Amino acid sequence: MNKPTLDKTPTMDQPNTDVIQGTLDMLILKTLSLEPMHGFGIARRIEQISRGVFKVNPGSLLTAFQRLERLGWLDSEWSQTDNSRRAKFYSLTRLGKKHLDVQTAQWNRRASAIARLLKAVS
Amino acid sequence: MSLWRQISRGLRTLKNRTAADRDVADEVRHYLDEATDHFIAQGLSPDSARRAARIELGSQTAVHEQVCGYGWENAVETFSADLRCALRRLRQKPGFAATSLLTLALGIGATTSIFSVIDGVLLKPLPYSEPAQLVAIAHTAPGLNMKEIGMTASLYVTYSEQSRVFQDVAMWSTDTASITDLGAPEELPALLVTNRLLSILRVQPEAGRSFSPWDDDPRSQRTVILSDAYWKSRFGGDRSVIGRRIMVDHTAREIVGVLPPSFRFMDREAALVIPLRFNRNDVDLINFSYRGIARLKPGATLTEANTDVARMLPIASARFPMKAGPGANMFAEARLGPLVQPLKDVLIGDVGNTLWVLMATVGIVLLIACANVANLLLVRAEGRRQELAIRVALGAGRGRIVRELLLESVLLSLAGGIFGLLLTFGVLRILVSSELPHLPRIHDISPDPLVVAFALATSLGTGLLFGLIPALKYARPQLSNTLTNGGRSFSQNKAQSRTRGLLVIVQVALALVLLVGSGLMLRTFQALRHVDAGFSSPHEIETLRISIPSAQIEYNDERALRMEEAILRNIERINGVSAVGITNTIPLEAGSNDSVYIEGQNFAAGSTPPIRRYKAISPGYLAAMGSHLIAGRDVTWTETYNQTPVALVSENMAHELWRDSRAALGKRIRLTPDEEWRQIVGVVADLRDDGVERAAPSIVYWPLLQKHSGRAEPFVHGGPPRSAHRTLAFIIRTPRAGTLTLLQDLRRAVAAVNPSLPVADVDTLESIYDRSLARTTFTMVLLAIAGAMAFLLGVVGIYGVISYAVSQRTREIGIRLALGAPLHDLTRMFLRYGLLLSGIGAAFGLTAAFVLSRLMKAVLYEVSPIDPLTYGAMSTALILAGALASYLPARRAARVDPAQTLRAE
Repeated sequence: MNKPTLDKTPTMDQPNTDVIQGTLDMLILKTLSLEPMHGFGIARRIEQISRGVFKVNPGSLLTAFQRLERLGWLDSEWSQTDNSRRAKFYSLTRLGKKHLDVQTAQWNRRASAIARLLKAVS
Repeated sequence: MSLWRQISRGLRTLKNRTAADRDVADEVRHYLDEATDHFIAQGLSPDSARRAARIELGSQTAVHEQVCGYGWENAVETFSADLRCALRRLRQKPGFAATSLLTLALGIGATTSIFSVIDGVLLKPLPYSEPAQLVAIAHTAPGLNMKEIGMTASLYVTYSEQSRVFQDVAMWSTDTASITDLGAPEELPALLVTNRLLSILRVQPEAGRSFSPWDDDPRSQRTVILSDAYWKSRFGGDRSVIGRRIMVDHTAREIVGVLPPSFRFMDREAALVIPLRFNRNDVDLINFSYRGIARLKPGATLTEANTDVARMLPIASARFPMKAGPGANMFAEARLGPLVQPLKDVLIGDVGNTLWVLMATVGIVLLIACANVANLLLVRAEGRRQELAIRVALGAGRGRIVRELLLESVLLSLAGGIFGLLLTFGVLRILVSSELPHLPRIHDISPDPLVVAFALATSLGTGLLFGLIPALKYARPQLSNTLTNGGRSFSQNKAQSRTRGLLVIVQVALALVLLVGSGLMLRTFQALRHVDAGFSSPHEIETLRISIPSAQIEYNDERALRMEEAILRNIERINGVSAVGITNTIPLEAGSNDSVYIEGQNFAAGSTPPIRRYKAISPGYLAAMGSHLIAGRDVTWTETYNQTPVALVSENMAHELWRDSRAALGKRIRLTPDEEWRQIVGVVADLRDDGVERAAPSIVYWPLLQKHSGRAEPFVHGGPPRSAHRTLAFIIRTPRAGTLTLLQDLRRAVAAVNPSLPVADVDTLESIYDRSLARTTFTMVLLAIAGAMAFLLGVVGIYGVISYAVSQRTREIGIRLALGAPLHDLTRMFLRYGLLLSGIGAAFGLTAAFVLSRLMKAVLYEVSPIDPLTYGAMSTALILAGALASYLPARRAARVDPAQTLRAE
């Protein structure tokens, strides 16, 4: 029976268009490495750049912000958007930048390894 | 850094939940607004844009919950909410809470108490520095038929000079000493030691100095060290006593030091510590009545110590050759071997058996208590069945529900544990101050952190144990059944009553195990008390000890005897005294042994015959003790003074050597081959001198005054060493035994002959006898209490189950009655159920008792661990009680009004 996840830590076990947790962290960090943004903006940017392949679940996204902030990779502050709305803006910390670099390098290594494997097999 | 953030953010949220929630709500709302704008920008109308945005976001509440749910502070909040809830629920049912608390407090308290005893006696290391290095030195003597003999001076000298494995060696013994120049003469326990003993124990005196090698030399000034207690009580803790002289056993000794108050050695109370002196060039190989102690070099093992001692034994024999004569080859013939053991093991002895039996007993009681509380919890959980089902339907995780139910049980058990711990402190205080069970190392028993940790662990363990049973049962979502019927369908009742039935079976089984155990102990106790110990009416026998300092009588045995006879005559004249006798050792206390030659039995030259117990007695001793004279007669005073060579033997010795008591009369025995033969003039009934549960040793009775040729003293294997005084015990038969007035009369009788003789160790033989049985009595009492508690809990358990079954099945009963079932049938139905539970429980219990009672063998006496009488009686009693406990609630079934039950729902 599929229970609604009221008192469990969020996992993202929904069908394929969604992202797994580690990758989501990396995408958020990458997006914020360019400039500080608010939640919706980050979601849009990720959708845009991945050309619709990655569609982020808002609940998971906002929870991820909590997590990354507590890990010390993001800072947050409330300020005004362009259309004078009050929004929570996130920015990358130095620690976050370091982590992003490490994750990116790891990802690239893995991706090229898989690419080689696929090429070899076919 | 991130750890700090985790903690600070969590704390901030805990402090102000509403602010944090508002924060998240704002963010979610903002997301929604931005999404709406995005869709408007794509060309939708504001309303459809809003709807699209809502669809993309999903349920706002769900997202809000998801984001707020992250963070450790949620777990804390949940936990504290659960805790408050559990406390509130417990407060609502004070009866249940109180009963469970009491049961658990008793169970945990009993278990923790026994554990602290085990901790203090068996587990804790001895209270000396580096106690693992301390060993007791003794020897085996298979050639003399003795499993263990002590140390002698020559061996001590050899070991201390030649050992490769011992850092330090010392020899010790206990004795009494009389102090005569400080007011009324008193007799005090004393420790005789060679000079290194205090250093071996790393004991520093709190005043003055310790012993030095010079103190052991017979040429030096005589010295003595006081115990702290004696120093405080006698001298008021005055430091100027150091250097003062006191008269100890009529010899002047200089006080050179005072021991610290914490000093304790081998459970012996000592007021004085006196150096053991001998001339190193003059030591003999004969007197083995001392005990040896040593400290191993760091890293040395016990095996190495034993090997070293074995190596040194022939060295000793070569260095201190025996003078020609009997026993010259004693060493070789005795085939002395090493027996080096850890000091702690020697001190503890065999008390471990008793303690572990008691631990198992209280453990079983605790299990029964847990089963009881588990049953109570099951009933409670049953009442919450609907609530739990609804919660599961709403999405509560199974873990959450289990956690909540467990919290309640753990709270109960922890509270029970705290009360149990308080109970333990009280029990320990009583135990240590009353010295009831005569345990070794009783002063080492104290509540320490290990005991507290044990109580905590036991509480948690029991809480989890009895909490998991209902928790696992009720966290399972059997939704459809519960929610529709209001939880009263038939199949369910079967399932949960099965669990309760199972718990009761366990209770009954465990109760039977304990009942069998206490039954066996009861029979052991009875058997021991019925043993003919060799004396009669011990409550009418008074014993006391007198030591005559050898200096006073100028080492003349006959003068001592005249003094003793005068005292005896005085005592005879006391009102109410029917018989008086004198002996060297009181029964049931340490005895003296020696080898005895039998005329007609040839022993190879130089070899020694078997060792026998010997007692020196006066005329009147047998009458005073109430020992039967099986054949022949008692000794007379004339014979004693004339040193006529007569003797008596015990019945078992007569049977062993001459097959018949009568045949023993007229036969001759002697102590040494060059003595004259003594004629046996009487045979005495066996005396259980080593303790009631041990076989009676074969005993030879000599008159008090004996001629010993050749040697300065007989071979002494055990018993007090040759000391500065002649110690004798008086046995007095009078109905006034134990009274204060008798004591005063006795003191007067002694003082009339010699005013400076202290009267010591006044006791009735009955108390000595009771003390020897103390451990068995203690075990029996505890087991009986545990058995009674278990019995009660078991019976209450059965009653509870049947009673509950009746109340749950009233509808069914009503239907049956309406359909015409006779009343008796219904009563019988429940009665049968109760008997079934008791019967199965008893069957399991008997099997378990069969297996487990073998472990009790060491503490039983003349009762088989599978004694059918005990087993039969206990199971019958339990089943009958179970039947009664089932019958009472079963009768209630008959009073059910069918009309009412069918109407009610």
